[in-house]
Amino acid sequence: MRRVAAGSLAVAAAVAAVSVTACSGGSGGEPAASLAPGSEDTTLWVLAAASLTDVLDEVATGFEAEHPGVDVVGNYAGSTDLAAQLLEGAPADVFVSADEATMDKVASLIEGAPTVVATNTLTIVVPEGNPAGVTGLADLADDALVTVVCAPQVPCGAATAAVAEDAGVALSPASEEQNVTDVLGKVSAGQADAGIVYVTDVARATGVEAVPIAGADEAVNRYPAAVLSGAAQPALAEEFVDYLGGPEAQALLAAAGFGAP
Amino acid sequence: MTGPRWLAPLAALGGLLVLLPLAGLIARVEWTDLWSLVTSEASLTALGLSLRTSVVATVATLVLGVPLGFVLHGMRGPLRGLLRAVVLAPLVLPPVVGGLALLYAFGRRGLLGEELGGSVAFTTLAVVIAQTFVAMPFMVVSVESALAARSGRHEAIAGTLGASRTRVLTRVTLPALGPALATGAVLAFARALGEFGATLTFAGSLEGVTRTAPLEIYLVRETDPAAAAALSLVLVAVAIGVVALAYRPLRGAA
Repeated sequence: MRRVAAGSLAVAAAVAAVSVTACSGGSGGEPAASLAPGSEDTTLWVLAAASLTDVLDEVATGFEAEHPGVDVVGNYAGSTDLAAQLLEGAPADVFVSADEATMDKVASLIEGAPTVVATNTLTIVVPEGNPAGVTGLADLADDALVTVVCAPQVPCGAATAAVAEDAGVALSPASEEQNVTDVLGKVSAGQADAGIVYVTDVARATGVEAVPIAGADEAVNRYPAAVLSGAAQPALAEEFVDYLGGPEAQALLAAAGFGAP
Repeated sequence: MTGPRWLAPLAALGGLLVLLPLAGLIARVEWTDLWSLVTSEASLTALGLSLRTSVVATVATLVLGVPLGFVLHGMRGPLRGLLRAVVLAPLVLPPVVGGLALLYAFGRRGLLGEELGGSVAFTTLAVVIAQTFVAMPFMVVSVESALAARSGRHEAIAGTLGASRTRVLTRVTLPALGPALATGAVLAFARALGEFGATLTFAGSLEGVTRTAPLEIYLVRETDPAAAAALSLVLVAVAIGVVALAYRPLRGAA
């Protein structure tokens, strides 16, 4: 399993293209085996929501074990970020989004119907020890409490707004952040008394703890996975999406705090 | 001096590296909607906040950066180099690092403590602090290099004529530094206007309070790319205008 930053995708693709040429050319005199280890592997490019970062690495390791010679490269970022990159022509085999609305945005680029592979729910997150004594969502309406949430323009913010509306709570955020990572950062730094993020984000973070939201199950985020129509490895991509729904991957996702699809 | 001919293609490549992204941005602007996008409530709020905070930050760089330039100029020995490096560091610091450093100093759990840090958190003041932090080096550099270029003869004469040091500063040195102060202020203003990473990390993002134009662009770039491109164009225009203003020939003024 390798992991790349968003910007290095194109570079990696170029390098891959060069190594393919080197393998097939055969005029250089050097045998292909002398190239870097793994150069003969088939590479599967997976773009996935940032919240899947650690667990999908584990899933990919299991997939690679079942498919010798396959190298899964995960590229993790905010779903809307990834969707924007795909729409700008970024090459990839599989896309796993943190919500269905974002997957819909790239509907023209995917092959077949997406498969929901996991679910996630929101929770209140507070600094370790809960210094402000937050007990539930209603406390977050208090102006004296410094609350940080995701901006309504991004998936976690849309979900937050839905949950607050369901509960009849008018949130008064001190800041509306771009993504859950920024919300977590403000809370773990003690800058904010409370934030709203996904259950799995708290499981991955340190220096914070969760305060459950009653009725959070009403606004469940579904994670659809899809094979991209421009996939270089469509069959393998299909297998990877199936594998995500299989027992091994589901056990890992459950251990990371994700709900069953 | 024009240099050897083989410099030309490299220069062309360098020019393209700067021009192509600008061309890409301009190509994405939806000209028919440009006015309505730039004058939407969210855009105007963000631009207004950016202008106000950048002006305040520029004044702050004058009040704090000019004395720093004087102190640096007056210092001798290795300490001067060290202090200069520290003062200028925000110029080259990754923005997120600057933001974290500000958080650890002025945050609720920062060096200044819960009381003071708590009153700064998520306020417009936090935006101004972040902007001043990154913009001040421009003023310090401007002042210090302008002072280094002066012989000090005029100041000496004023001194022998009985002028106090404050009077020498306000009547002789500062007027002579006018062009340098103007350049420093324009560049500091531009840097403050473009401040993004430290603000995001340290001040947060709330419409009308901390969400400056760059933060607004960052937020809407995915959901409303046309609005992001329109606002970006405004900032590009300001940036080019400001730099042209700062580096215009100042012959005769000094």
